[in-house]
Amino acid sequence: MTEWLDPLGRGLIVTGAIFFFAGSLGLVRFPDLYARLHALTKADNLGLGLICLGLALQAATVAAALKVLLVWGLVLIASSIGATLIASTALACGLRPRQRRPPPGVNGQEEDMPR
Amino acid sequence: MSALTLGFDLLLVVGLSWLAWQALFDPHRFSAVVHFMAFGLLMALVWVRLDAIDIALAEAAIGAGVTGALLLAALGRLPATAGHAPAWRVGQRPLVHLALVTTLMSTLALAWVAWQLPRPGLAGPIGEALPESGVTNAVTAVLLNLRAWDTLLEIAVMLAAVCLVWSLGPALTPYAPATALPGLPALTRLLHPLFLLVPAYLLWRGSHAPGGAFPAGAVLGAGGVLLVLAGAVPWMHDPRRQPLLRLLLTAGVLLFLGVALSGLLLTGTFLDIPVGMAGTVILAVEVAAALSIALMLMALYLYGEPGR
Repeated sequence: MTEWLDPLGRGLIVTGAIFFFAGSLGLVRFPDLYARLHALTKADNLGLGLICLGLALQAATVAAALKVLLVWGLVLIASSIGATLIASTALACGLRPRQRRPPPGVNGQEEDMPR
Repeated sequence: MSALTLGFDLLLVVGLSWLAWQALFDPHRFSAVVHFMAFGLLMALVWVRLDAIDIALAEAAIGAGVTGALLLAALGRLPATAGHAPAWRVGQRPLVHLALVTTLMSTLALAWVAWQLPRPGLAGPIGEALPESGVTNAVTAVLLNLRAWDTLLEIAVMLAAVCLVWSLGPALTPYAPATALPGLPALTRLLHPLFLLVPAYLLWRGSHAPGGAFPAGAVLGAGGVLLVLAGAVPWMHDPRRQPLLRLLLTAGVLLFLGVALSGLLLTGTFLDIPVGMAGTVILAVEVAAALSIALMLMALYLYGEPGR
């Protein structure tokens, strides 16, 4: 009955790691703070959720599995509110979101512009 | 499998050295602080690899979390021109090189001494003394009974750090960001029950499993620091509450000293806890120490003496 839990858990952990990698890639590659926050809060939290689910499936007791899932819930709360705080502070400090077509003369000639 | 773990350990060592270098020598101060926090997290992983879960808990909570946030909060108060550290002056170069060589030599000397330590260490004698210590977790037994003197001094050092920060001047008002952010008080309110529940659990767990006063105090202090940053603890600034605040700050050290002196009276040895009551005494000292540690961490974030 329980022998399929272990491979399923492993698969979920690997999938979560892939989402984490994508989120980290977004942190490095995305053009401005808001897009980077987007990558971190969406991809990484999904990745963490999958990893926690995978670990919970492999946990010895139900209590341990619930504790691992509680970690995910707490990180979701903290990271969503933290991201809101970072973004609103950045906006209040005058950091404008990067537009697709900046007005001419302002950073107009950069090569890594998203198209 | 062992090659995999060896590779992981080597990766940890290289990453730790690089992060330490960046935290010390990155001219951009914000980046240096972020490297310091990453260093704390990696250090916690190293402690996990060394099977020292208690130290890993304390390192992640205090080293990476509370200290990193303290540095970030201090950086936020500095003027914008202080973002970059000034370059080394020519006269400082020999001193820097001297310091680097000294650090390298003492690291090598320490490594040599650690290599020469007798094996298998003190785990055996501690296991034999465990039934008389009042707890079943070896780390707690060492921290609060067998080597309680070290722990007493550690808490006293923390108290000295708070005194030092408070001697800098009057406390600063809580840092208010450019806009009123409703998220911070909301986060504080949402998580506060857990910030009380988890330390209680860690304290209780400390007698038989990894946990105890330092992790519990760190988690409680983290919740308290959130309260301080959100400006939700006006009583700390109230001049009439200062005696209470100071009493709670020193409660850990005072109770510890009381236990030590009553040990001197009852058994003739300083800090010797009688076997029968060791469990109760250790729990009481841990509760007082955790409370004091949490308040000390909050007090550091005031950047000065409150109520002045």
